Amino acid sequence: MLEITDLQAKAGNREILRGITLTVEPGEVHAIMGPNGSGKSTLAQVLAGNPAYEVTGGSAIYDGKDLLAMPPEERAQAGVFLAFQYPVEIPGVSNAYFLRTAFNAIRQSRGEDEVDPIEFLDYMEKKLELVDMDVEMLSRSVNMGFSGGEKKRNEILQMAVLEPRLALLDETDSGLDIDALRIVANGVNALKRPDNATIVVTHYQRLLNYIVPDYVHVLAHGRIVKSGDKGLALELEAKGYDWLVEPQGAVA
Amino acid sequence: MGGSIETLVNREYQYGFVTDIEAETIPRGLDEQTVRLISAKKNEPQWLLDWRLKALARWTTMKEPHWSNVKYEPINYQDVIYFSAPKTAKKLGSLDDVDPKLREMYGKLGISLSEQKRLNNVAVDVVMDSVSVGTSFKAELNKLGIIFCSFGEAVREHPDLVRKYLGSVVPHSDNFFAALNSAVFSDGSFCYVPKGVRCPMELSTYFRINAEGTGQFERTLIIADEGAYVSYLEGCTAPKRDTNQLHAAVVELIALKDATIKYSTVQNWFAGDENGEGGIFNFVTKRGKCAGENSKISWTQVETGSAITWKYPSVILQGDNSVGEFYSVAVVNNHQQADTGTKMTHIGRNTRSTIVSKGISAGQGNNSYRGQVKMMPKAANARNYTQCDSMLIGNRCGAHTFPYIEVQNPTATLEHEASTSKIGEDQIFYLTQRGISRENAVSMIVAGFCKDVFKELPMEFALEAQQLLGITLEGSVG
Repeated sequence: MLEITDLQAKAGNREILRGITLTVEPGEVHAIMGPNGSGKSTLAQVLAGNPAYEVTGGSAIYDGKDLLAMPPEERAQAGVFLAFQYPVEIPGVSNAYFLRTAFNAIRQSRGEDEVDPIEFLDYMEKKLELVDMDVEMLSRSVNMGFSGGEKKRNEILQMAVLEPRLALLDETDSGLDIDALRIVANGVNALKRPDNATIVVTHYQRLLNYIVPDYVHVLAHGRIVKSGDKGLALELEAKGYDWLVEPQGAVA
Repeated sequence: MGGSIETLVNREYQYGFVTDIEAETIPRGLDEQTVRLISAKKNEPQWLLDWRLKALARWTTMKEPHWSNVKYEPINYQDVIYFSAPKTAKKLGSLDDVDPKLREMYGKLGISLSEQKRLNNVAVDVVMDSVSVGTSFKAELNKLGIIFCSFGEAVREHPDLVRKYLGSVVPHSDNFFAALNSAVFSDGSFCYVPKGVRCPMELSTYFRINAEGTGQFERTLIIADEGAYVSYLEGCTAPKRDTNQLHAAVVELIALKDATIKYSTVQNWFAGDENGEGGIFNFVTKRGKCAGENSKISWTQVETGSAITWKYPSVILQGDNSVGEFYSVAVVNNHQQADTGTKMTHIGRNTRSTIVSKGISAGQGNNSYRGQVKMMPKAANARNYTQCDSMLIGNRCGAHTFPYIEVQNPTATLEHEASTSKIGEDQIFYLTQRGISRENAVSMIVAGFCKDVFKELPMEFALEAQQLLGITLEGSVG
């Protein structure tokens, strides 16, 4: 479904990704771990199409299409979803209006009919239950006055509404307490299907107790330095990253 | 790649065309002869000619003010044509009598003077250049005793009303442009709503500046008698021109006891091309007087056009418990400049005023909010709430705020909030990542920003305003 080959990217003058190669098949959960500055978030952002990053080499083929040539909205319409690490606020725009517009934009790109506000509200009710959020949040402005936990749950709510094929979770667990973590993880797990895939970017092993990965990759200095199964995450928890990561970007 | 600076896509000003109906104009320049000529062409009574001449005399002693935050080439007032009328001589009884070329123009402007408009319950008084053409729904309004006609017609049919109120809110000595307008005003709208009558439809005027070099000097007078209610829409477009066009209108509103006047404007005059060439100069004096107790005057404006906008729709809160409101969205893009705001003068007791100003700056535009809240000595328990927010798009535009507060009564209360924000690539990315196109993303963010003002607009205007905003800001984010 997703074939990344030797992907390189930079932000401004800083090289961050130095050659990532990775393949993701439908039904799989891949965890990306690594120390600060390794490029984990950048990978997710680049795949989603954040214009702040410039791709300098390599490729990413998604469903046979050149992902990197598509603007962000096209990638979204093709089923790519990014759960942001720091969801931004949009004053004056209600969650309901925002979600319905996004939902309809994606439906329209697939040649499907748009839904009206009433139909959409019905559809929303089940999705809200998934992340334990109240219907009244729909009338609030996007992420305005939301606690950190609520913002992260809002990201998963959007994921539930838009039903992506490739979900990129960018440090979704950062800033969450145990209860919020469970809700978020349950939400993600409930959305898992044999035909979609998830890339989970995280620092800590803890999230992976709830969202169990099929593969774990460790990023350091912009490259994948080791891949393994969920056992690798436990090893990292016990030993830290030092045994894998040498200074100056050398590979262990 | 950085911030993906997009090339500016200036959608061609879609109303940029000229109607080649013969326009009857008078020679350029302004002196007593000019004023007499204008007055004679309109068959005005002596008292009005005298009024004009007084204003002209005063104007010649006044100097153009330069305290605003806008810059422009000096205007040669002798190089302007002060009158232009289309050559349809006879008075038009119905819309079918309207010159087909004019009808075509209205069609292009998207103004349907047909039954469709009627179904939307809007009465339309069309002003083309300096002379009114046709009025609709007169009969329906007549039944209620509501007078809605061109200013010129009001002078003929209802001179006592005009004489009583003309200049009562904006005297000709008020300022340079008001004096100029008072001397050479061409036409405009007149409305009188009798005691206790609620006007059942939104009243509206469309007009445009056509002949090159013509200054448009509209004069509008709206009176709501005791307990009356009227909602008025002003919206205008203008053709693309190379020479700057001066627009110095005066609008006076009078609300008597328990009366309400709601005045909404969506303004889209030609703003000049992407190099700042051409464009309308919009120097307007708009003022309302809450003369009676419990009266209310509300100004709502969405300004997206003009090369330069200089206007302060204001309210004089004379009657006890009267209410003044000002809701504004002012957009400047490319090289546009705006110095706009309001003056709320609290004279009576328990008077209230609300000011919500949203300024959006893009391109190399420069936007200034200038507001004055004055609490006079007798304004016991008066309250004002002011919120002025600026949104900056890009790195080359400017937003400024000049709030003035003068309080001479110790029981008055004022609240002032201000914020500045920048539309960021991160907000755009958040929305595009959810499948929303970039263009719609900017629209959504801006609409969210302007929500508090848009919700004050009558429905049909709100839609037009939102579209206008989208068009005005196209290609500006990056």
